[in-house]
Amino acid sequence: MALPAYATPLDRIWHYGFRIGCGAIFVFLIAPILVIIPLSFNAEPYFTFTAGMLRLDPDAFGLRWYEDIITNEQWMHSIKNSFIIGISATILSVTLGTLAALGLSRSYLPYRTALMGLLISPMIVPLIISAAGMFFFYSNIGLAQTYPGIILAHTALGTPFVVITVTATLVGFDHSLTRAAQNLGADPATTFFKVQMPLILPGVISGGLFAFVTSFDEVVVVLFLSGFEQRTVPRQMWAGIREQISPTILAVATLLITFSIILMTGLELLRRRNERLRGLSPG
Amino acid sequence: MADIPANQATLTTADGVPLKTKLRQTQRRMKMRALGLVLPLLAFIAVTFIWPIGLMVYRGVDNPVFSEVMPNTNAALARWDTQADEIPPEDIVAIVARDLAQARRDKTMGRVATRMNYDLPGSRSLITSSARKLAKIEGDVVWTEEMVKIDKRWGERKTWMAMRLASERYTMAFYMAALDRTFDEDGNITMQPEERQIYVTLFLRTVWVSLLITVLCILLAYPISYLMATLPLRTSNLLMVMVLLPFWTSLLVRTTSWIVLLQKQGVLNDILVFIGVFSDEGRIRMIYNMTGTVIAMTHILLPFMVLPLYSVMKTISPSYVRAARSLGATPARAFWKIYFPQSVPGIGAGSILVFILAVGYYITPALVGGESGQLISNFIAFHMQKSLNWSLAAALGGILLGGVLALYWIYNKLVGIDNMKMG
Repeated sequence: MALPAYATPLDRIWHYGFRIGCGAIFVFLIAPILVIIPLSFNAEPYFTFTAGMLRLDPDAFGLRWYEDIITNEQWMHSIKNSFIIGISATILSVTLGTLAALGLSRSYLPYRTALMGLLISPMIVPLIISAAGMFFFYSNIGLAQTYPGIILAHTALGTPFVVITVTATLVGFDHSLTRAAQNLGADPATTFFKVQMPLILPGVISGGLFAFVTSFDEVVVVLFLSGFEQRTVPRQMWAGIREQISPTILAVATLLITFSIILMTGLELLRRRNERLRGLSPG
Repeated sequence: MADIPANQATLTTADGVPLKTKLRQTQRRMKMRALGLVLPLLAFIAVTFIWPIGLMVYRGVDNPVFSEVMPNTNAALARWDTQADEIPPEDIVAIVARDLAQARRDKTMGRVATRMNYDLPGSRSLITSSARKLAKIEGDVVWTEEMVKIDKRWGERKTWMAMRLASERYTMAFYMAALDRTFDEDGNITMQPEERQIYVTLFLRTVWVSLLITVLCILLAYPISYLMATLPLRTSNLLMVMVLLPFWTSLLVRTTSWIVLLQKQGVLNDILVFIGVFSDEGRIRMIYNMTGTVIAMTHILLPFMVLPLYSVMKTISPSYVRAARSLGATPARAFWKIYFPQSVPGIGAGSILVFILAVGYYITPALVGGESGQLISNFIAFHMQKSLNWSLAAALGGILLGGVLALYWIYNKLVGIDNMKMG
């Protein structure tokens, strides 16, 4: 893409103009996320940069809103809830999803396409419809406004991601390895945990991360299914934006951005490891 | 092998079973085992997800109020020969009147009144007050006369037709209401009165906004995907982080940032005032309206366009464009005739994905859409939580679901579920 030596002036203008345009689009993508971070250290209860902040006056910055999270019982409670619900839903969806992916990766599985379509349907159906359907059903069986209800709902929403990532990992899986293990006298469980699992682990973990993020970020189903007791972080933020807007949300947002950077890095490392294991890149 | 005559018995395993049968048995067992692995998740999804959604779609045609509260009314009104009689004959009216009085005594009147009010606006008070008065009447009377005496609307064909329709066990009324249609006095399908026609407009608006967002996403995603696909891997990976970070950041965080940026006292307005584009009084509101919804949703859905587009562009070999250039094509012509057609599959995959997601979006329009930026999902939520007209919410949801599934079917034909990539 480097500009050749024989480029005409018009080529040059186009070349740099194109790059500036792309730069603007990247700014559009990233600026909203970066703007939030300094604002969360605002000492004043405003949502914009104060004169003091622009002068880089240290007094204009503070950890006031972070203290607010820690001292506010509702926020702490919702953080705890998010982790309880997210982790439980992840464990369930990883277990169910990995098992199903093992079955789905066999080419001789009957009705394979139809089954795949059904299993990933929670990813396709608009959330508002899932939420409405679950609300009616879970209310009838007494699971609305309970932890198990939300965990089951989030498990359903998270499994498609596990199914897709693990199936993708299994595409390159050499099935003669399991046959060799069985030949050498291993029972199915040993074969799975000693041979298959270590090889597909990166896929399982990244599927799990997807499932966790899905649950951690989900608010529509929580809006319909949760009571006050089961409020999660996104639900609390929703209330914060709608009802009592305070810069505490910006502090929470900054924490969530940090959290997503950690998750993203983790996923990238896993992806590299996976590619190395499958010999796709020299590593 | 040569000493086995060709006509001798087929090959068998050690225990004497023909090899063919044995193979079939083994294959069968393998199939069953694979199915057994899928079964737990299938059962789970069926119970916790597919069944509830099926129930919701069913709720849109389910109409249990009358059969539960006024059990004899439906059968009675069904006997009414609407061609011959202007209003139902006395014997039918008597059954309805007794049902109404009984419902009043059972204190279940409210449900009937609410249900009737959906089909015949303003009939809530008619039902409640009539039922109250009917419950006091003892002995044999001419019910038609009594009811008309209570409220003269009982002498009108419109009221009775509405009740006849509302009392049916299953109804298309909610699905039709979701499409701004209703039954007229003679039971024919007609348009709702002008002032109640909102949903068709809303569906069209949702489709139109989703299309706009899809087009914006194509326009923004195309150049940066092209740039990333042509830059060396190391640089493009760095740029990819700028796409993936928003993708991984919580939806509510991104929505919050747009509020911070776009509101009247927000960052963008501050900058524009500071550089003198307009005065302090001239601040414009870019959020809590349709503009806010479109900007925030374009930002949120942009990665879903970039990722498929980038993965398609990665596979386009640069030598075709070079060949075109060396054969004398201008850069623009080489791009349009050679490069662009090869990138179309990426545009197709990304567009359908973005469109499907946009059509069903709820959170962002609800938070930054204000009044004018509401989409169909917001009305489903409104009927779920505020107006409590769950049947209408279910019908609106059913129509939306049908649309999304149809689009998804196209997506599957074009791209295939198996090719869906993430991250």
